Amino acid sequence: MATRTLQAPAKTSGRDRAERKLAFRMTAPSLFIMALVAAVPIGYAIWLSLNQYSVRTAGLSRFVGLENYVNALASQEWWAAFGQTFLFAGLSVSLELILGTAMALLLNLAFKGRAVLRTVVLLPYAIITVVSAITWQTMFQPNMGLVTNVLSALGLPGGDVVWLGEHGYAMAVIVMADVWKTTPFAALIILAGLQVISAETYEAAELDGASKWQTFVNITLPLLRPAIVLAAIFRTMDALRVFDLPFVLTRGANGTESMSMLAYTQLRENRLVGEGSALSILTFLTVMVVSVIYVRFAGGNIRDVAKEEQ
Amino acid sequence: MSTLTAERPTADLAKRPKAPKRRLRGESKLHPLVWVFVVAVMAFSLIPFYWLVNTSLKKGASLSQGELFPSQPTLENYLVVFQNPEFLLALRNSVIIAVVTTTVALVFASFAAYALARLKMRRKAMILTLILSVTTFPAIAIAAPMFSIWREIGLYDTLLGLIIPKLTFALPLAIYTLTSFFKEIPRELEESAYMDGATPFVAFRKVILPLAVPGLATTAILVFISVWNEFLLAVTLTTSPEARPVPVAIAFFSGTSEFDQPLGTISAASVIITVPLVILVLVCQKRIVSGMTAGAVKG
Repeated sequence: MATRTLQAPAKTSGRDRAERKLAFRMTAPSLFIMALVAAVPIGYAIWLSLNQYSVRTAGLSRFVGLENYVNALASQEWWAAFGQTFLFAGLSVSLELILGTAMALLLNLAFKGRAVLRTVVLLPYAIITVVSAITWQTMFQPNMGLVTNVLSALGLPGGDVVWLGEHGYAMAVIVMADVWKTTPFAALIILAGLQVISAETYEAAELDGASKWQTFVNITLPLLRPAIVLAAIFRTMDALRVFDLPFVLTRGANGTESMSMLAYTQLRENRLVGEGSALSILTFLTVMVVSVIYVRFAGGNIRDVAKEEQ
Repeated sequence: MSTLTAERPTADLAKRPKAPKRRLRGESKLHPLVWVFVVAVMAFSLIPFYWLVNTSLKKGASLSQGELFPSQPTLENYLVVFQNPEFLLALRNSVIIAVVTTTVALVFASFAAYALARLKMRRKAMILTLILSVTTFPAIAIAAPMFSIWREIGLYDTLLGLIIPKLTFALPLAIYTLTSFFKEIPRELEESAYMDGATPFVAFRKVILPLAVPGLATTAILVFISVWNEFLLAVTLTTSPEARPVPVAIAFFSGTSEFDQPLGTISAASVIITVPLVILVLVCQKRIVSGMTAGAVKG
């Protein structure tokens, strides 16, 4: 007996060491790939952004320090793209959260046809973003589109507008295409949050004579906050990287050029490697700053998850 | 996650003794206004699909007048798409890229996720945070330098040159989803394997992996959809039809002149690549929902 109790701790710590070793070996391949294909390119992008590359002679370059950044930050294009990206993110994410909460509340009701509703709501998720863009292009096409034709038939404004060809209108179509495709995602995250609120909580409120609206505002919304914040984080990070929708719908014209699009245009279309790299690093930094702010001020649940891991 | 099944509210209602009989199956009468809202949500989800299909079935005047119902529906647009060699190549490329990336990501991610979910490990929180932060990287920050690196070493405009960077974004998604699946498997099962003298790796292979098949399938679906959907890396790192995947091919379909209306053909191509994904979502609905919300809510 005595020898056994003496052996036991030594054995576990040996197993501990073996376990840590195994854990390292099992995570190493993934971390290696991610480091190689995320960290190395970003490091290289920083180097590229400090140089200027000849458009005519391949391989000819000169070190210019921060000049590309200074030029980008002094340019009207960068701030326009910055503003348009944030406008897009603000509009689309707010609509997605409001609509997503409403959809989640519907999906949480027990009624005939709920399964059908859930399937229907999930369908746009199957659409690739490029196709979502094309779908909404067909909806708003002058003369050919459903929305434009219905608006003209009803004599409402907007029927004779070339939606993708005008400031404001073009942004509206892009926001619509995004809301359509990604609201199901927000709705499902919020629904998952809704379903862990216990029935007893509602029963207590009912006993206290709270109205449905009071119950929603005072009980459901506060308890739903972590789920809504999580959906907001995922959606905002995605929206700030928006690229596919303006690329297909407007090629960035009419006040829809996003930060990613601007960097892409400089890099691929104008062959300005240094400038394009500086713009992509600026995009990267912008998204990182926003994600840090989110996690700091709103992401209590994310920090909890991290703590739980420790 | 398991709370998302349809049975849950039924059970809740059944617990209430006051509920009248007709509500026992969990159905309640909805306020008419709520029905209006249900119909509005369905319309918002479905009408754009209808219009895409409608557009794909029209040609000429029928197309340019925007008929609500095609007066002379035609499959000509579909024929044009299927006779387009570039579209067929793009389909092939997309399938190869998505299948290879998903498979490789799943193999590596299941190792990493097991370590993160179960094993004792130093700096686990930091590693998990690092992995999660990769998912927020804007793809342009990777695509821009990759464009230069790939052109130097000859991977530009190749399928492999697309699979590698896509893997970087597929891995964190797979690790994150799988970690929350692995955590749900009861520990007792591994403990009994340890009692029988199994090492942690054997426990992983013989106990966890077989039990995690549903979670692996779910993760595979999510990763597949996300790789299939990805556009920025694809458009930056390819230039020829031999390497272009479907989203890029479709985006450049529309790149013809302002004056002709290829919208019918583009719509047909869009319908063709959407149908398999819609079927996938219909068949695997529950899996997708559980995967999308995995780890989102504890309990």
